[in-house]
Amino acid sequence: MEYLEFELPIKELEDQLQKCKVIGEESEVDVTETCAQIEKKLAVAKKDICKNLTPWQRVQLSRHPNRPYTLDYIHAICGDSFLEMHGDRNVKDDKAMIGGLGKIGNQSYMFIGQQKGYNTKTRQYRNFGMANPEGYRKALRLMKSAEKFGIPVVTLIDTPGAYPGLEAEERGQGEAIARNILEMTRLKVPIIAIVIGEGASGGALGIGVGDKVMMLENSWYSVISPENCSSILWRSWEHKEKAAKALKLTASDAKKIKVVDEIIKEPVGGAHRDREKIFSTVGDTIAKAYEGLKKLSPTDLISARMDKYLDMGVFKD
Amino acid sequence: MSWFKRTGKGIQTTTEEKKDTPRGLWYKSPTGKIVDTKELEQNFYVSPEDGYHVRIGSKEYFEILFDDNEFKELDKNLESKDPLKFEDTKKYPDRLKAAQEKTNLKDAVRTAVGKSKGKDLVVACMDFAFIGGSMGSVVGEKIARAADYSLKNNVPLMVISKSGGARMMEAALSLMQLAKTSVKLAQLADACIPYISLCTDPTTGGTTASFAMLGDINISEPGALIGFAGPRIVRDTTGKELPEGFQTSEFLLEHGFLDFITHRKELKNKVNQYIDLISNQPLRA
Repeated sequence: MEYLEFELPIKELEDQLQKCKVIGEESEVDVTETCAQIEKKLAVAKKDICKNLTPWQRVQLSRHPNRPYTLDYIHAICGDSFLEMHGDRNVKDDKAMIGGLGKIGNQSYMFIGQQKGYNTKTRQYRNFGMANPEGYRKALRLMKSAEKFGIPVVTLIDTPGAYPGLEAEERGQGEAIARNILEMTRLKVPIIAIVIGEGASGGALGIGVGDKVMMLENSWYSVISPENCSSILWRSWEHKEKAAKALKLTASDAKKIKVVDEIIKEPVGGAHRDREKIFSTVGDTIAKAYEGLKKLSPTDLISARMDKYLDMGVFKD
Repeated sequence: MSWFKRTGKGIQTTTEEKKDTPRGLWYKSPTGKIVDTKELEQNFYVSPEDGYHVRIGSKEYFEILFDDNEFKELDKNLESKDPLKFEDTKKYPDRLKAAQEKTNLKDAVRTAVGKSKGKDLVVACMDFAFIGGSMGSVVGEKIARAADYSLKNNVPLMVISKSGGARMMEAALSLMQLAKTSVKLAQLADACIPYISLCTDPTTGGTTASFAMLGDINISEPGALIGFAGPRIVRDTTGKELPEGFQTSEFLLEHGFLDFITHRKELKNKVNQYIDLISNQPLRA
């Protein structure tokens, strides 16, 4: 397990606990009480840290190297029922955007999401979760297939942005995202979107238009990453903490301005501290959201979705 | 003293007395691995040592896909005519007759309906052994009728492509089979009936420009050749050396045209898993 700077008190206590347990095993000394005390302290420390997280610290948590990624969720939630599907039927299979069919209970869902890697090699393979136009076109193809057969769509968003590359521009990154957003506003099946890590800009919204849009507690969602915002407005990356605060990019802020509908609580200390728990929470949340949405006819579904997005924005009239 | 003593010098067995090994006892894969044909059959016609997927025909695919190899063949007796009085090194009717005699097939596709994991499935499977799996009027019509059966009975359709392309002996008529089959697939799509396209070695020419690439999912087997223009034509036209692995199923997966590649052993499972998922039915074990 890796630790961020503000997680160090947790690391210290966990090390202590480990040592204490080793002593208990190796000698006759009764350590149960000491262990219990340390565990108590640990719980308090985790809570304290989580209570006072700054927006920038949440951004760091959302990028925690041990944080579960899209396929971790899908494999945990669907088990063997997941069938991954590839390709945009055009130029490429984008490894940064994954998708496929899977079951929660007896209901099929089309899962789509950006995928990050867990070490240098796989990070490169997944292009750091930054999709190319073919990734967005693959996502749209899968959504259209789901629509054809009446299967609800679940998107898991975790991207530092759509890939800003030469070939991405040549193949129409903007067009691909635009097309997705438009088609998603009128897709005839329910769309449940969850920001599980980073939700950066058009790259996130390209699979993020939905009937029910949710965010994990320690994820972020905004028009730009704090670093890039800092470099544009302050002309230096130094001010990313200020930028993170100014952008109001945390889950609670996004809920306040009604960009998302719901916040999904994470285990104490963040999703990476108890993966099984966050997997089951997300699985249950998806099933519950679908229960609510499946009662609506496609026409009602689409008109509610369109109204929701028409209402967004604040202005003086 | 030696154990055996050779009294006469040289080989003296007459040709008539020589014992021959029965034909077809062994199969040798392109990488030189040798396998007992019985074992090959039990291993879904995949060479166990190197995973080479041997080219097989409709008989074998039906056996793999249908429960207990039970199925009803559709339009069994459809046969080609010779509308253009075509003649190359041979007259077309003679070529047809020779192919029929050699392969014991009526034409390059067989269509059938049967249970796969307990549920109905329509399968149209091409036979490369019949004039290179070329697509003429019969292939087009049989695939169209198989799709029609799917449409009327609400049964998923699977087409197994294995073809060198359109049949030259039927010229423009065979070209129009691309359009005919596409019409039926469009109707099938409108009725929201799942269509699975399995591209096997080789899937080239007219088939890729029609039904082979139009599946709700397009899938393939490892190492299959799939492409529109064959590799030789591409090389001769462009004058460039082709990259390694050009037009293999792995190449197509990387370039976004296949949903996945499956080992033949997993074929029946994967196809039925997809059907259950996309039609929102409980998964069959």
